[in-house]
Amino acid sequence: MKKLLVLGAGTAGTMVTNKLVHYLDSDEWKITIVDQEETHYYQPGFLFIPFGIYGENDVIKPKRDFVPPGVEMIVSTIERIEPEKNRVRIAKDNRYLNYDFLIIATGTNIDPSETPGLLGHEWRKSIYDFYTYEGAKALAKRLRTWKGGHLVLNIAEMPIKCPVAPLEFIFLADWYFHLQGIRDRVDLTLVTPLSGAFTKPRAADMLGNILEEKGIRVIPDFNIERVDPEQKQIISYIEQKVPYDLLVTIPVNMGAEVVEQSGLGDELNYVPVDKHTFLSTQFDNIFALGDAASLPTSKAGSVAHFAAEVFTENFLRYIDGLEMIHAFDGHANCYIESGFGKGILIDFNYDVEPLPGKFPLPGIGPFSLLQESEMNHWGKMMFRWMYWNILLKGKEMPITAQMSMAGKWN
Amino acid sequence: MTAREIAGKVVDFDDEGFLSNPDDWNEEIAKVLAGEVGIDSLTDRHWKVIEFCRADFQARGEPPTLRRITKTGGVPTKELYSLFPKGPAKKVARIAGLGKPTGCI
Ligand SMILES: Cc1cc2nc3c(=O)[nH]c(=O)nc-3n(C[C@H](O)[C@H](O)[C@H](O)COP(=O)(O)OP(=O)(O)OC[C@H]3O[C@@H](n4cnc5c(N)ncnc54)[C@H](O)[C@@H]3O)c2cc1C
Repeated sequence: MKKLLVLGAGTAGTMVTNKLVHYLDSDEWKITIVDQEETHYYQPGFLFIPFGIYGENDVIKPKRDFVPPGVEMIVSTIERIEPEKNRVRIAKDNRYLNYDFLIIATGTNIDPSETPGLLGHEWRKSIYDFYTYEGAKALAKRLRTWKGGHLVLNIAEMPIKCPVAPLEFIFLADWYFHLQGIRDRVDLTLVTPLSGAFTKPRAADMLGNILEEKGIRVIPDFNIERVDPEQKQIISYIEQKVPYDLLVTIPVNMGAEVVEQSGLGDELNYVPVDKHTFLSTQFDNIFALGDAASLPTSKAGSVAHFAAEVFTENFLRYIDGLEMIHAFDGHANCYIESGFGKGILIDFNYDVEPLPGKFPLPGIGPFSLLQESEMNHWGKMMFRWMYWNILLKGKEMPITAQMSMAGKWN
Repeated sequence: MTAREIAGKVVDFDDEGFLSNPDDWNEEIAKVLAGEVGIDSLTDRHWKVIEFCRADFQARGEPPTLRRITKTGGVPTKELYSLFPKGPAKKVARIAGLGKPTGCI
């Protein structure tokens, strides 16, 4: 029996397991997937929790519901990858799991301890995150009784997963405080290490304009060094200070510690891989998928989905000793919730920045690229259903893995 | 792309003033480029960072991020900001003759 071991049963690990199980003969292959948690979180839903739009039932389901029959699932912390010995040590019963092929899909998470002053007596009193389920819930509770003041949203360092989520948060905050009737008592400021609203120029301009229209201030090129929770200020490396009443932080995002401890990570614990095939640059039987991989594209569920498709085709060739001919292009497709029932859609890859146009059908849509529309908002809301029912289960989506230029204009 | 004379050599620059070809670089060019971004003299500490970035670029094909310079190159972030005020990662890349860091996506 050949052994395929998948580390992490999040978006990427679950999807790729569901795809591969169809192709790998169960008489020849044993597939095992390991994760430390029983619960699968729909992370894009965390965005809506602070504003009372989503609750627990929208974002939580048991992981086991999505692990296909015939695949062994082990719930345990992964402690060490030993690539020289082709094995992985897990905490449960101190077991070793041997593998012929390994897929690392352990994702990325926030690490507030990287920024002095975040974790302390003001954490979840005047300082919140929404990138975790607990953080989003705590913030929801706070916002329900908040009387207004200066809300600062700070991105500590790039890259972060879903780089549009902070913008969506602040758009929704604008809308939410309008509904509460206190928008005139709230100052909203986005403090970012980027030079503008987003990483890519055309989208940054467009999103920058929307921020301005909504009266949201942007402080660019701000690299946070520390927080002074007493004075309620964030302070940059060049001693620029921004005061707040309520700080919503996107702390430094880091790959799993086990990746670092196993000597497989870069400076942010991401696994260096070939950007077209996801093959580790160090070991020829290790791949990394999803947020765990060090790739020059956004860390997003949609990217993991397109990546899993390309990977599956390649992997089936690779195990037969054939060349991996399919090349991942970095395709990302993100709905950006912009408040008041509207949204924006962006579609891009390694080489092509987000452009205006229609998607997925050229000229028809129904979604508009790089433009606000109500339809795009419904796209975002539908995404949750698609995630649970189509994406995770590894079913086909009516969108090609490779980005298409059809329907886009310059 | 535009060619201009710098430290007695004619070399190509991209639209944002980064050297187009890292192989055109030499230490004299670095000094002039540093002056252009407001750094009048390059100290040993500056050179340590520049040399790390050049070597890292050779090995990996892209200019290092700030975190990489700190963690792998061993120069604290705060010091990087005093050596190369405002965007240090961008400034070093420019002085070291590397392309503009893509850094974030
Ligand atoms: C607020 C927010 C909004 C977002 N919005 C969007 C969006 O609109 N669209 C979009 O496409 N994407 C969005 N994303 C991003 C998306 O959720 C992630 O990119 C996606 O989940 C990545 O999948 P993954 O499998 O790589 O990582 P994950 O889904 O995070 O899975 C990693 C798994 O590894 C496990 N693991 C890690 N370390 C260990 C260990 N040592 N031992 C055992 N198990 C371990 C974890 O428990 C986890 O289950 C958003 C994310 C956030 C936080």
